[in-house]
Amino acid sequence: MTIEELEQIAKSVLQENAKCDYEVNVCMDLACASQGADLLREALVKATEASGKKVLVRRTGCMGPCSSGPLVRVDPEEILYRRVNAGHADAIVNSLGKEPVAGLQCDLSEHFDKQVRVVLENAGHIDPEKIDDYISRDGYKALLTALTEMTPNGVIHRITESGLRGRGGGGYPTGLKWGTVAKAGGDVKYVVCNGDEGDPGAFMDRSVMEGDPHRIIEGMTIAAYAVGASKGFIYVRAEYPVAVSRLTTALREARRRGLLGNNLCGTTFSFDVEIRLGAGAFVCGEETALIASIEGRRGTPKPRPPYPAVSGLWGKPTLINNVETYANIAPIVRNGGKWFFNMGSERSKGTKVFALTGKITNTGLVEVPMGIKLWEIIDVIGGGVPGGHKLKAIQTGGPSGGCIPADMMGLGVSYDALMAAGSIMGSGGMIVMDDTSCMVNVARFFIEFCMTESCGKCIPCRAGTAQMYTLLTRICEGTATMDDLSLLEDLCSTVKEASLCGLGQTAPNPVLSTLKYFRNEYMEHIEHKRCPAGVCNMKAHVEALA
Amino acid sequence: MSEAVEVKTLIIDDREVSGRRGQTILEVARENDIHIPTLCHLDGLSEVGACRLCLVEIKGNSKLLPACIATISEGMEVSTHTERLQKHRRTILELLFAERNHICSVCVANGNCELQALGQSQGLTHVRLPYRNPDLHVDASHERFTVDHNRCILCTRCVRVCAEIEGAHVWDVMGRGINSLVITDLNDPWGDSSCTRCGKCVQVCPTGALFDKSKVGAEHPKHPDFLPYLNMMREAQ
Repeated sequence: MTIEELEQIAKSVLQENAKCDYEVNVCMDLACASQGADLLREALVKATEASGKKVLVRRTGCMGPCSSGPLVRVDPEEILYRRVNAGHADAIVNSLGKEPVAGLQCDLSEHFDKQVRVVLENAGHIDPEKIDDYISRDGYKALLTALTEMTPNGVIHRITESGLRGRGGGGYPTGLKWGTVAKAGGDVKYVVCNGDEGDPGAFMDRSVMEGDPHRIIEGMTIAAYAVGASKGFIYVRAEYPVAVSRLTTALREARRRGLLGNNLCGTTFSFDVEIRLGAGAFVCGEETALIASIEGRRGTPKPRPPYPAVSGLWGKPTLINNVETYANIAPIVRNGGKWFFNMGSERSKGTKVFALTGKITNTGLVEVPMGIKLWEIIDVIGGGVPGGHKLKAIQTGGPSGGCIPADMMGLGVSYDALMAAGSIMGSGGMIVMDDTSCMVNVARFFIEFCMTESCGKCIPCRAGTAQMYTLLTRICEGTATMDDLSLLEDLCSTVKEASLCGLGQTAPNPVLSTLKYFRNEYMEHIEHKRCPAGVCNMKAHVEALA
Repeated sequence: MSEAVEVKTLIIDDREVSGRRGQTILEVARENDIHIPTLCHLDGLSEVGACRLCLVEIKGNSKLLPACIATISEGMEVSTHTERLQKHRRTILELLFAERNHICSVCVANGNCELQALGQSQGLTHVRLPYRNPDLHVDASHERFTVDHNRCILCTRCVRVCAEIEGAHVWDVMGRGINSLVITDLNDPWGDSSCTRCGKCVQVCPTGALFDKSKVGAEHPKHPDFLPYLNMMREAQ
């Protein structure tokens, strides 16, 4: 494969598409598919055949505003229809070239205008199972450029220059990590993609894997070239069967096109990727536990150092990055480090994908530039809190993150600002809560999650989270005393500082952040046996009195 | 010609000490009679860094590191008994005592128990946390030994000694989080398992979770000190 061949493929796809007068894109992501997008697509195909019009009906990955699904976008006019079902197919096909169908069309320009799409640039525009669709949108161009025009050091330099930081949550500088693995000795090195997305309410990585799988493969291959690896693994949880099947198809197509395998593009560089399935343990998203799981051992973490960059899979230097990090690589190589560096805030560059969920009008996937104010995400992109309720807090970073209260919505999104506010960027879950949420109950939910997901290896996390759950349950049931609260705070400090891995070290964050911003709610529960939001059942307290 | 040994000097608790490159903080501390409490560590077995009792503070590093795994470096300044560390150690011991059913008065290991000894040496007078009192079973199916899960602290010494020294790998861990249990084979009764009856696991168990049926109370001291000697003789072969 050469750049000329690649351009030839892109050209032929565009020529083929140009034969059609209209493109009808149907979102087939999970949310839309679960509401009958399959039937809708079949109906659209039938309707176009019956009408005799030249129409391309294409299935695509997630378009973003999931709560409005199933979504259909008609190009080139860019008319977006929402809540479409199979019954609307004839009307949509008949309307082509005329006025859009009334009642179905939606105007989400506010939702899209504030977004900047880098990771999701192809989402909603390509068929994820067709490699040629990806190639027609500059796919694999970055890989060929890197292989034929750049040295491995040059690639690392470009990534460093971009200021990209790990999108899995920690925010470690990606260029620095690549440089460390590249410098590590030994002939055998590995590249691993962490697709074990387990945070409640997070689905960014799933959407990328399902909607644009080649982007990840391209990113990994560039990474392998840069660090000198010849073997890669994508670790995906088995609960994502569609992602697994799309990735499997993508790998097969890439091999067929000679974009994976031996002597890529006639160079001495060889690389291939295998998929490994996780069995759904949250802790396997932690890199050392993930390595153990790939090796076929029990998924428990190991103390670091040694870091995987020095001693990882089977003791070899291993580069582990998150799905979204790899998804950023191709655009950076293609457009240059400076281009990426100029987006975002001072120390957090580029964009970030968030899965916006909870009490918000436009639930779904959004990609925003770093530094954007939280209120812009909630009020403008998200369309605000529905039902006349008041925003109370947003929770970022899943069980490792914290709650940010409504009066801090002026905060700009960056690794450091969120950390200073007691939360973390995390992998991108953003749960919006209104005045019907009890913050103590929210903290208890996340601690329960950490308790059941703890691997049980180290004592602070294994027994500490269980004890914290007991104490929080007492508070929620109205049987707690002030001693219980001080004990809870003591436990938070020990679990945070003494736990072995990131799961335990961050498990107390939801409790600590709600204690910091919503202490009055805890006090109401303990002193007045009252839940201000009316969520907690104080039955145990009433029974104790009787 | 022997390989050059690189010597590092460092400070542990305001004392200047030295060690070889690659040695852990715990090894160097013990050589210099500086006591760091441990529970999952045992000389002769691989390290897991799970009990978190040996955490130490290192100047310039905001994170606490396990002394059993962290290796020494030149000029390192280590503190092993700060107020912060002691507080965490006591909380960890409280968590252990409250996790299962540790009732010393009816335990075969009373007086020979590492958990009990640590509670005493760390000045633990009472447990503030609510006891969980789980309902765990006792497996007495083995002709010589018994496992009482109520006293297990999941240090995994039995798992490691069985896999690494005896080479049988009968023991392993099942389940996760608070529901973890050590098991023999695929959770078969110990008596029906592929156990070689060597008894090493009983000797290394720090509490009364694994014990010899033929002995009770004060007759039950354990002897895990055979391990380093065994390893040395094996390496010499």
